Amino acid sequence: MILKGSVYKTGENINTDVIMPGRWCHLTDDKELAKHCMEDLDIDFHKKIKVGDIIVADDNFGCGSSREVAPLSIKAVGISAVVAKSFARIFYRNAINIGLPIFESPECADATEAGDRLEIDMFGGKIKNITKGKDFAFAPFPPFMKTIIDKGGLKGWVLEKLGKA
Amino acid sequence: MGQTIAEKIIAEHARVECVVPGQIVTVPVDMAMANELSAALSIKELKSWGIEKLFDTNRVCLIPDHFTPNKDINAAGITRTVREFANKHDIKWYFEVGRAGIEHAVLPMEGVILPGQIMVGGDSHSCTAGAINCLATGVGSTDIACAWATGDIWLKVPQSAKLTYSGKLPPYVYGKDLILYALKDLGTAGATYMSIEFHGSVFDQLPMADRFTMANMAIEAGGKTGIFRFDEKTKELVESTPRYKAEKPSYKTYDPDPDAVYAIERKYDVSNLEPMIARPFSPDLVGPVSEIKNVKIDQVVIGTCTNGWLDDMIRAAEILKGRKVHRDVKAIIIPGSQKIARQAFDLGLPQIFIDAGCVFSTSTCGPCIGGHMGVLGENDVCVSTTNRNFKGRMGHITSRVYLANTSVAAASAVLGRVGSPVEL
Ligand code: SF4
Repeated sequence: MILKGSVYKTGENINTDVIMPGRWCHLTDDKELAKHCMEDLDIDFHKKIKVGDIIVADDNFGCGSSREVAPLSIKAVGISAVVAKSFARIFYRNAINIGLPIFESPECADATEAGDRLEIDMFGGKIKNITKGKDFAFAPFPPFMKTIIDKGGLKGWVLEKLGKA
Repeated sequence: MGQTIAEKIIAEHARVECVVPGQIVTVPVDMAMANELSAALSIKELKSWGIEKLFDTNRVCLIPDHFTPNKDINAAGITRTVREFANKHDIKWYFEVGRAGIEHAVLPMEGVILPGQIMVGGDSHSCTAGAINCLATGVGSTDIACAWATGDIWLKVPQSAKLTYSGKLPPYVYGKDLILYALKDLGTAGATYMSIEFHGSVFDQLPMADRFTMANMAIEAGGKTGIFRFDEKTKELVESTPRYKAEKPSYKTYDPDPDAVYAIERKYDVSNLEPMIARPFSPDLVGPVSEIKNVKIDQVVIGTCTNGWLDDMIRAAEILKGRKVHRDVKAIIIPGSQKIARQAFDLGLPQIFIDAGCVFSTSTCGPCIGGHMGVLGENDVCVSTTNRNFKGRMGHITSRVYLANTSVAAASAVLGRVGSPVEL
């Protein structure tokens, strides 16, 4: 699968408190979540994002709380993927579980600027920065994670396990 | 090849001889816990998946604690959803406000989780329970829904980090300082994906409370969990819990092999350590309290899931007894659970707090997550015994939080600025 979009760039240690502040953690509705996504980092984030855009971040993206509303809000606002130098553990598994594509590529994060166009070949292990004309490789997902991603998240895996798929 | 504690627990649950870091396994969980916020999403997901029946209702635990007692109408709606879900499925381990407290202080103290078990919690500080030699880790709501539906969870076997503390503890240096010191050394991503194993003779000098504080903050270094070895102190705590007394469940304990492999090994001598403090806006911006000069404060929060243990209440009372909170400071004391509050009453501690001019709150996450009961306003400065001081964590994005141990927080409340008990 190929994902395409323009880049929104952020720094390191972007924690879940700024992605989805505690005061909004009671929300479960996608539209509401989208409105407050990244609010404490950039109050206009949800207005700036076009469907398909890609977040490119530095190290330890998503550190802090286990609140799933953090990746959910990113998905809800229309972000198609997050590329970072590295991810915090719980954010990483939450993103996989809810079907938000995420990729670790320090090289891509270093070379990419805000507004660049990216093309991500999800299972081909390649990110192309179209603006800069550069290619970056990322490590393929382990087979188990690929299965979950293929099924669009953990839901598919659960239903199959329960014989409901 | 030798195995670490986490590897042994995972291998046993996966019914294999051994596991290696990086391997992904599916394991049965002994307990899947959620608070009202994570539960609300898990319940919504189960519904959208069309799942009516839970795998085993005795392996589900629900504790509304973040925005409780209901802080507003929204919170009331959420807690109602959770209560109705608990009733519908006849969930034994449902803890209602007034009979509960903060999840991480309730679980191990009630015996809901036991040594050697695997517990997943819909909260990043679920690692707190690792203090009793189990593998407890924070996950998201989809994971919790999966565990409730199937009884299983997928796990990537973590690498392990071994932190060994030796030496003699100086006065006013506690578990909080030991973990802040490690955070200074490792950074907030220093142990990402790792199981942090805590070792060393220092833990003979400290009560279980300090182990909980340290396991609680394993996540602040990016850890999957923090685990302590099992000893007499653990046994005493585990076997005094209501569930253990009622059911006498058997449990297994785990020690690492002598040739276990660690990704990181650190040895810390604590003999010359001072009380530590983490400056805004990260728990790894750590230095000795004595280095922070002339920082006036507006609020102090003592307690919550990090430092809301009975020993913390005792330490706070030691400092506050016969003293008054500074006129510009609001001091809020929040015991970890109703049980701890009850024990504090038995010792006459709330009287000391109230005489000193503190709020003695019911058990709730409240201000720790900027929810209620002490939200910080513009430019407010707070010394808190909680575990995170990210921007906006406790309220306004210009507010600033310093993380410290209970005695330092109590002393700061009296001084009206960041300060240490030795200054009193
Ligand atoms: S007290 Fe704070 S850190 Fe602990 S569970 Fe509650 S919100 Fe989380």
